[in-house]
Amino acid sequence: MKISISKIIIFSLVIFFLFVFWQGLKINNNYDTKGLIGNRISNFQLNKINNSNQYISEEDLKKNTYTLINFFASWCSPCRKEHKYLLSLSNESKQIKIIGINFKDKKNNAMNFLKELGNPYDFVGEDLDGKISILFGIYGIPESILVDSDLIVIKKIVGPIDQVQYNKILKLTQ
Amino acid sequence: MKIKIFFFITYLLFITSGYSSENQTKLLEIYKNLRCLVCQGQSIADSNSDFAVTMKLVVQDQLKEGKTEAEIYRFLTSKYGEWIVYQPTFSKNNFLLWILPYTALIFGAIIIFILVRKTKHNKVN
Repeated sequence: MKISISKIIIFSLVIFFLFVFWQGLKINNNYDTKGLIGNRISNFQLNKINNSNQYISEEDLKKNTYTLINFFASWCSPCRKEHKYLLSLSNESKQIKIIGINFKDKKNNAMNFLKELGNPYDFVGEDLDGKISILFGIYGIPESILVDSDLIVIKKIVGPIDQVQYNKILKLTQ
Repeated sequence: MKIKIFFFITYLLFITSGYSSENQTKLLEIYKNLRCLVCQGQSIADSNSDFAVTMKLVVQDQLKEGKTEAEIYRFLTSKYGEWIVYQPTFSKNNFLLWILPYTALIFGAIIIFILVRKTKHNKVN
């Protein structure tokens, strides 16, 4: 039986495209930045919310065993939901220091937010125009980044911290 | 003297307008290649979302600092992954994406060449 070369080529191409489409079905199309775990955070300078003369930088974070960097705003409703977990973390874990970055918010509103719900943060910085958030690969709030003393990202939480994420953070930092 | 001042000012205006329009073109080119992560299939050039606006500010700052287009893409890719740019860089994971169109073009040209030659040959015979 004689099989022409063109038929073999067409058959191979069909198989190849079917394989590519099949592989494509397995890819997760929901974008998140969790793939950046293991990367080092960049150099930054974060001014204190109610005193722009005070600031922290990456050098200050190196002194902590773990640092949880949390982006929040008073206008963000999921931030309210996660706040109780941040308060628990600050009470229960001595290993973790929590840095809050107030994102595109009004100072007064942010201070009222913390007064009303409690302040779990060891330092509250401000990101008025959102540029700091880009340094941390943030694309919406709330988002939290857990880094170790080498400033390596060990966990990234996109969306509010819930009970499951809270337990994971505790487990990772024990 | 007045004429000299007039020419000097005109020259300055000409230089600065040329520079800013060149800068604007460069900015737009970069914006068009950056994906708005919170939008549906839009670049940051097409979007006025909060994320796109912030991203534009960062790109403007980096250009002012004298960073090149490649350096800006490298910086943003390190923060958001390869997904942030519409035109991905060549790597072992996407080499087929880059090579396949050229390979198809070359094979197509070869097939057309062979077919044309065959038809000519048949006509002569």
